Amino acid sequence: MSAPTITADSITAVADEPVQFYDLDEHAHPEGHSTMLGFWIYLMSDCLIFAILFACFAVLGDSYAAGPAPKDLFELPLVALNTAMLLFSSITYGFAVLQMQQGKVKGTQLWLAVTGLFGLAFLGIELYEFHHLIEIGATPQRSAFLSSFFTLVGTHGLHVTFGTLWLVVLMVQLGKHGLIAANKRRVMCLSMFWHFLDVVWIGVFTIVYLMGVLR
Amino acid sequence: MITPQPAPATGPFLGKLSLDALPLHEPILVVTFIAVAIGGIAVLAAITKYRLWGWLWRDWLTTVDHKRIGIMYMILGLIMFLRGFADAIMMRLQQAMAFGGSEGYLPPHHYDQIFTAHGVIMIFFVAMPFITGLMNYIVPLQIGARDVSFPFLNNFSFWMTVSGAALTMISLFVGEYAQTGWLAYPPLSGIAYSPNVGVDYYIWGLQIAGVGTTLSGINLIVTILKLRAPGMGLMKMPVFTWTSLCANILIVASFPILTATLTLLALDRYAGTNFFTNDLGGSPMMYVNLIWIWGHPEVYILVLPLFGVYSEVTSTFSGKKLFGYTSMVYATICITILSYIVWLHHFFTMGSGASVNSFFGITTMVISIPTGAKLFNWLFTMYRGRIRFELPMMWTVAFMLTFVIGGMTGVLLAVPPADFVLHNSLFLIAHFHNVIIGGVLFGLFAAINYWWPKAFGFKLDVFWGKISFWCWVVGFWMAFMPLYILGLMGVTRRMRVFDDPSLQIWFVIAAIGAAVIAVGIAAMLIQFGVSIWRRKELADESGDPWGGRTLEWATSSPPPDYNFAFTPVIHSLDAWHDMKKRGHQRPVADFRDIHMPSNTGTGFILAAFCLVMGFALVWHIWWLVIASFVATIAYAIFHTFNYKRDFDIPAATVAAVEDVRTRHLAAGA
Repeated sequence: MSAPTITADSITAVADEPVQFYDLDEHAHPEGHSTMLGFWIYLMSDCLIFAILFACFAVLGDSYAAGPAPKDLFELPLVALNTAMLLFSSITYGFAVLQMQQGKVKGTQLWLAVTGLFGLAFLGIELYEFHHLIEIGATPQRSAFLSSFFTLVGTHGLHVTFGTLWLVVLMVQLGKHGLIAANKRRVMCLSMFWHFLDVVWIGVFTIVYLMGVLR
Repeated sequence: MITPQPAPATGPFLGKLSLDALPLHEPILVVTFIAVAIGGIAVLAAITKYRLWGWLWRDWLTTVDHKRIGIMYMILGLIMFLRGFADAIMMRLQQAMAFGGSEGYLPPHHYDQIFTAHGVIMIFFVAMPFITGLMNYIVPLQIGARDVSFPFLNNFSFWMTVSGAALTMISLFVGEYAQTGWLAYPPLSGIAYSPNVGVDYYIWGLQIAGVGTTLSGINLIVTILKLRAPGMGLMKMPVFTWTSLCANILIVASFPILTATLTLLALDRYAGTNFFTNDLGGSPMMYVNLIWIWGHPEVYILVLPLFGVYSEVTSTFSGKKLFGYTSMVYATICITILSYIVWLHHFFTMGSGASVNSFFGITTMVISIPTGAKLFNWLFTMYRGRIRFELPMMWTVAFMLTFVIGGMTGVLLAVPPADFVLHNSLFLIAHFHNVIIGGVLFGLFAAINYWWPKAFGFKLDVFWGKISFWCWVVGFWMAFMPLYILGLMGVTRRMRVFDDPSLQIWFVIAAIGAAVIAVGIAAMLIQFGVSIWRRKELADESGDPWGGRTLEWATSSPPPDYNFAFTPVIHSLDAWHDMKKRGHQRPVADFRDIHMPSNTGTGFILAAFCLVMGFALVWHIWWLVIASFVATIAYAIFHTFNYKRDFDIPAATVAAVEDVRTRHLAAGA
């Protein structure tokens, strides 16, 4: 760089119109200003875990080891019911967010409770299915197909379990503090988490169950 | 068909743990344990004697200040580095001795643990804490922020990393570590061939630390995207911040893969699933693919921030702005993306066929183009600059000379037919030590010498720094060039004894090289000690000892808790250089309250629960697993009921701190 020109520039800058190098009238960042972005990035990292489990299922999903295949195991009507439970829970979560936006604490809590019940129904049906499979000898140890099936579906179920636990905690916190900014943010984060699990389930339903019985 | 062995006898209370787990029959470990115990007791006694527990807890262990957390990461890295290096020198000694019928001094069971632990510790608990610590300390300062986006999460991430490191260290004295190599390939790492606890220590140590690493990656990405000072567009960010951003994107996009993969390995071992087993449809090569889909980005996670360091150092010590800033940024982004599509070059010998191997061979070679562009940028920055050969610049020049060789042997290995000969040979070992020591460690040493005055307010001693530098550089070449030669002659890695006596001389040279590096490490520790001792003479009151160009030099050394009393406004790249050049006036009055996050012990406590849970999982102590798991979740929920997480530093305090700086600056001028 050529020093003389820059010195000349700086002199004009200082002389004509002082450049401001410090924000003298700054305000603190509002609390939770980047929580949403952070939570999004967390969800994407979680998405990668599911991606790996899907990849494992794609590779190992037809390694039956002379054991049962999807056609022998999956009962689509039951899975369809289960899918309906989760999809309904997403709608009701949406209602909870609408209530929150209208500033109604009780309504928010009510719809969160309904969401939680749908979540529990989903988990109940899933546990019933797992129990049934293990009863008839289709255990996670039986073949690589069943290992990857139980792990993928089970990891999703584990997420729903933690989501439900979070839901309960959030309802208590709403009861204690009402719709303060921090709680609203938490409702939105859990909303993203819940819908994310819904999207993952669409993948599970399609790739594991629907495409499974076509194999 | 191999069926899993029946689990060893387990009790209801202690699981697989019994007195047999203590390695009392291994004299090396007993002596090490005694030394560690005496050292540990001495440290604890000193803390108690000088009544430092309260200070330690309030100011350090519970801190959410990114600067203190950064320093703690560096200390963790340094401690673990000494452990990892002890492993290295034991291996060098063993291989130099074990010729002509000699078995050396390490039995196979111990030797195999050492090479595994060396790799794991050096990557996960040395290199990762070092770069995370560096990014934590420097990035918020470079972008003019007061802290990271999620300060509590930062503290939690750090303690999870410590927790993982602690679990790995416990394996030294309770039970054993994995004997599988640092990536624990199945089926060897499966329950059938590794029925004991070594691999379990490996899995849970990395899982716990991995949580910390992923969260700290998310934290730093959000910090860089959200907390830049006004005026700092993405293309006005310092290069170190850019490379940190890319490294953290790689962390978030690759560590979940490691987590998932190790979980599947754990399921195979604990629940009897068949992901990576030889029978019932499992596929061991699936693991090898998955682990390298994490593993290859990982090496770029390590080296990218250091590329940023070299850029800052070259520019500062050449007294010029960085040549080709834009191309540097795009080269970094290219490397970030390319690092995802090369993983298969770690196992060309898998037998994927010529087309697949060609694809991965070519993508690997392509990475050398952006890397080469970076090197030319550094050289052109130096060209016609006023170069000052201070310690950071010396390390940078040593890096350029060393790393280029490592890069070129990497391109050699990227040629699949050549790789079929060199796969798993000492040539590979020489190659990756060449790039990791020459690229990552030299960069860390440059960074430590460069930013130490910022963190502590005094420079590092030059004399001992130069001794360390020359020992490291000479020692490195002596230790690893023989390995290239041995690798070309066909010697494979991880061997404990050798038959051909003509090879011994090379191993002896390598061992001497390792000894020279040991002197370099000792000199570096002496350098730290001497500098702390002579801190008055080496003091820097200006906050800008090197004539720096980026914002971290705009504040005092060490920076106040709030970093900047007023947030700087950025008008050009090299913001601090711009401010100095255009005669900025530092505000000395009208300070305001500054909003800051409060310290919390939650991160420490949660990580401690996780450590207990990891230990219980390793030893199958199921009641403790459940108890510590419930405790972790319950305490995390309890923490969410605390809504008051910040406080204001009163304007008067800010004014007092800034007045001290005003006086220092006046005295210096």
